[in-house]
Amino acid sequence: MNVHRHPFDAVVVGAGGAGLMAALYASKHVKTAVLSKLYPTRSHTGTAQGGIAAPLGNMEEDRPEWYAYDTVKGGDWLVDQDAAELMAYESIEVIIELEHMGLPFDRTPDGKIAQRRFGGHTRNFGEAPVMRSCHSADRTGHMILQTLYQQCIKQNVIFFDEFFVTDLILEDGTVRGVVAIEIATGDIHVFHSKAVLFATGGAGRIYKVTSNAHSLTGDGMAIVWRKGLPLEDMEFFQFHPTGIYKLGILLSEAARGEGAVLINDKGERFMERYAPTLKDLASRDVISRAIYMEIREGRGIGGKDYVYLDFRPETINRFKSAPGGMEVTAEYLERKLPDIIEFVRVYLGIDPMREPVPIQPTAHYAMGGIPTDVDGRAIRDEHNTPVPGLYAAGEVACVSVHGANRLGTNSLVDLVVFGRRAGRHMAEYCRQADFAPLPPEPEAFTVEMVERIRNGTGKERAPILRNELQDTMQTHVSVFREASGLETAIDKIRELQERYRHIRIDDKGYRFNTDLLEAIELGFLLDVAEATAFSALNRTESRGAHYREDYPKRDDDNWLKHTLIWRQDGKVTFAYKPVVITKWPPKERKY
Amino acid sequence: MKVRLRIQRFNPEKDRKPWWGEYEVEAEPVDRVLDALHYVKWYIDGTLTLRRSCAHGICGSDAMRINGRNRLACKVLVREAMEEGRGVITVQPLLGLPVIKDLVVDMEPFFANYRKVLPYLINDDPPPERERLQTPEERERYDDTTKCILCAACTTSCPSFWANREYIGPAAIVQAHRFIFDSRDQGATERLRVLNEWFGVWRCRTIFNCVEACPRGINITRAIEEVKLAILTGRLA
Ligand SMILES: Cc1cc2nc3c(=O)[nH]c(=O)nc-3n(C[C@H](O)[C@H](O)[C@H](O)COP(=O)(O)OP(=O)(O)OC[C@H]3O[C@@H](n4cnc5c(N)ncnc54)[C@H](O)[C@@H]3O)c2cc1C
Ligand code: SF4
Ligand code: FES
Repeated sequence: MNVHRHPFDAVVVGAGGAGLMAALYASKHVKTAVLSKLYPTRSHTGTAQGGIAAPLGNMEEDRPEWYAYDTVKGGDWLVDQDAAELMAYESIEVIIELEHMGLPFDRTPDGKIAQRRFGGHTRNFGEAPVMRSCHSADRTGHMILQTLYQQCIKQNVIFFDEFFVTDLILEDGTVRGVVAIEIATGDIHVFHSKAVLFATGGAGRIYKVTSNAHSLTGDGMAIVWRKGLPLEDMEFFQFHPTGIYKLGILLSEAARGEGAVLINDKGERFMERYAPTLKDLASRDVISRAIYMEIREGRGIGGKDYVYLDFRPETINRFKSAPGGMEVTAEYLERKLPDIIEFVRVYLGIDPMREPVPIQPTAHYAMGGIPTDVDGRAIRDEHNTPVPGLYAAGEVACVSVHGANRLGTNSLVDLVVFGRRAGRHMAEYCRQADFAPLPPEPEAFTVEMVERIRNGTGKERAPILRNELQDTMQTHVSVFREASGLETAIDKIRELQERYRHIRIDDKGYRFNTDLLEAIELGFLLDVAEATAFSALNRTESRGAHYREDYPKRDDDNWLKHTLIWRQDGKVTFAYKPVVITKWPPKERKY
Repeated sequence: MKVRLRIQRFNPEKDRKPWWGEYEVEAEPVDRVLDALHYVKWYIDGTLTLRRSCAHGICGSDAMRINGRNRLACKVLVREAMEEGRGVITVQPLLGLPVIKDLVVDMEPFFANYRKVLPYLINDDPPPERERLQTPEERERYDDTTKCILCAACTTSCPSFWANREYIGPAAIVQAHRFIFDSRDQGATERLRVLNEWFGVWRCRTIFNCVEACPRGINITRAIEEVKLAILTGRLA
């Protein structure tokens, strides 16, 4: 196995929206490398559909404070309000910056960026839905990813495509670089750097039914956690209400933003009962729970475990005079939602303009992750002590602007607002910091791991263990949770971790060994699942996406605080960080 | 249902030449060909190598030849592929790019062509305070070509590309089109100059394979014709 070394001031791991935005800013000032296990344009940001929020007020009056408030309320008051306000204000200039970079937003008749409604986004602190989501049909993420990549090409950003990062080099609490496998050759590369920014995205593959790509295996979270650093708020994992039944492929909230409604077996628009004001545009956790309540009470379609998302024009028009109602034609919907309409046609073989679509909640978004401050600096404890040189941005990070439940359109905002801030801060840091020396054999951990898996002769197989993990998480750590289920999940994860030590793979080669990479990814998944399940068991209240049947109430007296979880010598420990509250003291959340 | 797969295998680390792997797997009719390939990889032979990520036709990772036509494995259902292949699904890597292993080809020549057309907005005017204005009609003008996911299905289905690997290929022209016809862009002259070179648009013989292959339904031939016309007339009508 060949080992190579490269010096760079800064290394960005991941080339989705967050990584590319950070790279654009960092590489203007310091020598920056972007490492990505996928070609940058394959990153999952490209699948984001519905839009990116900014209170531009292009369609109707809107204000940053309203947006910040909605974000705080959407997150069930676990959002750090200083960060939410900052994001709400900066979203405007960043969206304009994206437009200037060439992003092809849809337009209003007078040529401005077009906006649409989205769940939980309201005017005047909850009065009625507001048009805040800037979009490009239902391909907003694709356009963002392409546009940022185009700018990187223009700016000659240095990419290492299909480099799989396995380890962070951290000595005496400071960053020294990362270790990566060059996928095409199997060679090991040590990147010696002053700073490292993780932008590796989410971890949806801990679950069975998910909107997330096969590649979203929580690598960044696991790598950092293994270094004895904490993860924050891992118990909060969002289930998006409308995934295609069984497949989990997402049908964006944009459908409901354009007027679509959820329907149960009796043909009722059941969200009227659960969220009388915003109905089908209530926040995601509320709707996902409502769907499961309907199913439990026997009102799933044909008594089964799904309901309908109905976006036939005649259905939408039937509700046109209700508040927030829309009047649409099939032609209009085909223009506004072309991709999701196609998904239904291709994968279900039905025409959503003529038939309602079977849906179920799908594991979608990790609110938790590597704790950072608003400049993307990773922190090591509940006192916000930064780890010199370590940064994180995007879904892998927890700022926290999403609190206990993220609003739709807010991840894309998070990527570009905090990707930019982190890129800038990292460049500044690199300009004043020196290279800390590499330890002897920085690649040792990776070499040992790779050889152990490659030469493993045990009887366990990674795909089987992964299935068992995904089933367990889906059953016990999903929309509804309770202590005994969580304990079962933890025992199972422990068992799988033990069995993982005895895996054997078929591919013993070096070249493009995806058998090996999938096995390494399984190791990451197991760690992220462990952090998630332990954090969920630990939080004995219900808030946002974390719903404990044995503790069904929000408990601000004891739990208005962020969880930090560490693992040391195989044992997890917790600490807590206060929520930053500036303007909006917690109150009951109603939609 | 039972699904039969014939997969072209080649690992230069140990094979002297490509060979056919034959597999039988159990699948649901509505499973994707990608699911069937995963079945082989996960439960029969872990050495089978392919790229994939999103599994729903957006990331562009898994373009390959399925029953002799370029497609995304995640966007073809096994039921259809079985019918089409009369009971067996034949899977091969894209043609015209060097094979790294099994279904994985070296994408670098493809991306090198992409970079040649200056695939980014060029506008040196100081930007306004707010967004640059663009009417819905101006926006519509280049909508089709914004959909490209750089999967390479088109370029590697093109006989002109097979005949001459220097040909810039349909995907790069699609990318150029996306900017040339964007009312905010000022780089058309430079891009048209590149596309007018010997490796540019004139190698297109309007064979339409690319349109057939494109998983995003882009009317590639029309985009190429519009670029040719712009070169000939000097106008961006
Ligand atoms: C179907 C879908 C629709 C969505 N729609 C919306 C929406 O409309 N609005 C919204 O705001 N949000 C939406 N989201 C959420 C949002 O798209 C994601 O949260 C966001 O794109 C994540 O971006 P990222 O940059 O953090 O990571 P990603 O885009 O996932 O990129 C991760 C990067 O990290 C790299 N990487 C990972 N691990 C490694 C490793 N070990 N070594 C090297 N590289 C690595 C990958 O190659 C990739 O480049 C949607 C999500 C999904 C799944
Ligand atoms: S034009 Fe179509 S086929 Fe060609 S690269 Fe783009 S998406 Fe793929
Ligand atoms: S896996 Fe993304 S396009 Fe097929």
